[in-house]
Amino acid sequence: MKLLKDSKRALLKPHLLSVEDLSIPEVDILLNKANFYADANKQKGKIEKTLKRSTVITLFFETSTRTKTSFELAAKRLGANSIGINASASAIKKGETLIDTAMTLNAMHADVLIVRHPDSGAVKLLSEKVNCAVINAGDGTHEHPTQALLDALTIKRNKKNIKNLNIAICGDVLHSRVARSNILLLSKLGARLRVIAPPTLIPKNIENLGIEVFTDMKKGLVDCDIVMMLRLQMERMKGLYVPSTKEYFKFYGLDHEKLKKAKKDALIMHPGPMNRGIEIDSSLADNLDRSLIHQQVEMGVAVRMACLEMLTLGIDK
Amino acid sequence: MKEAYINAKILDPHKNKEFIGDIIIEKDKIIDVGPNIHKKEKPKNYTNIHDCKNLFICPGLLDMRVSFGEPISEHKAAFAGGITAVVCLPNTDPVVDNVSVAEYIQRKAREVSNLNLYTYGSITKNFDGENLCEMGLLSKAGVKGFTDATKSIENSAVLKRALEYSKAFDSLVIQFPEDKNLANDGVMNEGEISTRLGLAGIPSIAEVIIIERDLRLVEATGAKYHVSCVSTAESVEAIKNAKKKGIKVTCDTSPQYFTLNEMAVEDYRTFAKVSPPLRSEKDRVAIVNGLKDGTIDAIQSDHMPQDEDNKRLPFNNAEKGIVGLETLLPLSLELYHNKSLSLLDVIKKLTKNPADILNLDHGTLSKGSKADLLIFDPNKPFIVNVKKFKSKSKNSPFDKKPSQGKVIKTICSGEVSYPA
Repeated sequence: MKLLKDSKRALLKPHLLSVEDLSIPEVDILLNKANFYADANKQKGKIEKTLKRSTVITLFFETSTRTKTSFELAAKRLGANSIGINASASAIKKGETLIDTAMTLNAMHADVLIVRHPDSGAVKLLSEKVNCAVINAGDGTHEHPTQALLDALTIKRNKKNIKNLNIAICGDVLHSRVARSNILLLSKLGARLRVIAPPTLIPKNIENLGIEVFTDMKKGLVDCDIVMMLRLQMERMKGLYVPSTKEYFKFYGLDHEKLKKAKKDALIMHPGPMNRGIEIDSSLADNLDRSLIHQQVEMGVAVRMACLEMLTLGIDK
Repeated sequence: MKEAYINAKILDPHKNKEFIGDIIIEKDKIIDVGPNIHKKEKPKNYTNIHDCKNLFICPGLLDMRVSFGEPISEHKAAFAGGITAVVCLPNTDPVVDNVSVAEYIQRKAREVSNLNLYTYGSITKNFDGENLCEMGLLSKAGVKGFTDATKSIENSAVLKRALEYSKAFDSLVIQFPEDKNLANDGVMNEGEISTRLGLAGIPSIAEVIIIERDLRLVEATGAKYHVSCVSTAESVEAIKNAKKKGIKVTCDTSPQYFTLNEMAVEDYRTFAKVSPPLRSEKDRVAIVNGLKDGTIDAIQSDHMPQDEDNKRLPFNNAEKGIVGLETLLPLSLELYHNKSLSLLDVIKKLTKNPADILNLDHGTLSKGSKADLLIFDPNKPFIVNVKKFKSKSKNSPFDKKPSQGKVIKTICSGEVSYPA
């Protein structure tokens, strides 16, 4: 990657690996641009192909429908050539190390590499070995920065201002990279964060991130503006965390009764894919007055367009 | 012919003395120690007279926990670190769980160098945690104690039997304390940093829970028991209380547990991935205090070479361990420089104390003992450079660390082994 001399870059760092890497002005730039694309996407208007002649590679070591499609669509809308690599069918299965994979892809001169990996920190490791911009599309239980950005945009479009909102993140916080990225980003933007989960699913010392912790959902939801539900990640649960999904839904699933504790106009979010009847009542998820779930998906494409554009801005393609 | 090392600041941990004097060695033995004794004979009777002005001489270091594997090639690194004796973990392939492997390792070591190399045997066959090894036969074959290396004996009945049985041969049982169910798939200390990094944590309680159970069994059996790699405040507390109560227990730690804390793994630095994991700052301070008040008897390097390919991986998949032989002395000397311990006390924990625990004839400068000596300058500043390590592996989180204290000369069995 060659940086132009009079750099027009919008972001300080060459990669988007963690919300922690972003300053507040950088978040504003990304969200404003994403907001513009969200409107443009709706109007089916003509979008300037700012990524024309760029190559975007998605490299997913974990299965994904929504995020992968969202990134690929974003790249296409901006005119990039996008290629998806299915890591489960590639050389990685034949024993190639992550660093070797990185070097191989690097030799192909991509402009942006979008990576998801089951191990925390793996995307960062890969980013150290390549010359192109790397976007973390989720690494283990560490971070998923574009999800947090799209959640922030969704909230912004519905509540105007993120500052001083009470936002509850509920459920499997321990295994959730979405929770970590959202806690960091939304706190940065001035929201008051709390997590609600059974004690076995609360990461150690999470209160040190400047948030409140509740194990009683009814108490935790009081005065909330946004209720963000998390998927119970059964596939990451090595060992016992909750006795049964039935018990989990009873105490930590979002239903009409529990939602009454939150503010009257509280809105529901979920990063998907949902476990209906486990963490969220099916009818609530489908309630278009309260649920922002579909909007989140829509904002996902816009946010990823903004990230792609801003990361490649000022790069000599 | 005799060699005289004169005008040295002599640290004799055995006699608990520090004085300026001479050491005379002949062949592989120390034949005299004391102030001004080289004048007893005419200069021509010495092959060499080395004036050690401003340098310290102490017994060569005894590192009681290293992983060498096979082939045994780390002796150069040991000598460069001022170490003249090591005790290897039985985590070789195959495991040291029978006499032939134990004998093979000792014979092989003798062929390679004059480094005093001892080995532990495993407590259970192939570390299966169930079936006891032939402790008697292994002890006779020269094994210096029993440990399942990096695995805890989880089954209380097995440990009880091992402790009881070991008494027949006056053997030492060494526990690596980590409850594997509590540690689960953890890769670092559990706490705010693991939460931020999204890495599975090992709670500090996983260590003390094993120690506390073991101490009950030690009290009940009266066996010789040693805890290796103490890393938490709670463990120090538990062992301190046990010692107060009169329970026979000794323990050690490694420099990484009193010089680093969990912050060292920030940014997913796999070179700082060790077992037990680097703990919190509170724990680090407790380890220093444990060394100060004598709760922690010995310091070992927990030398564990790993090639770079095993470290340059995502944190979850990277191997644990660091190479410690060549940083053991300077890192331990930090305790002296920051005034936690006297120089003599630091040296004791690296020589006499482990020798006493293992009942080995090391860590002494008495007349007639083996001429295993370390000549060093505790104040000399330098920057750790892994590229200069004699060790084959370079997996150290201490690269580029400004340090103090250099090995000037290592003498093993009367021979100058470093610089070679």
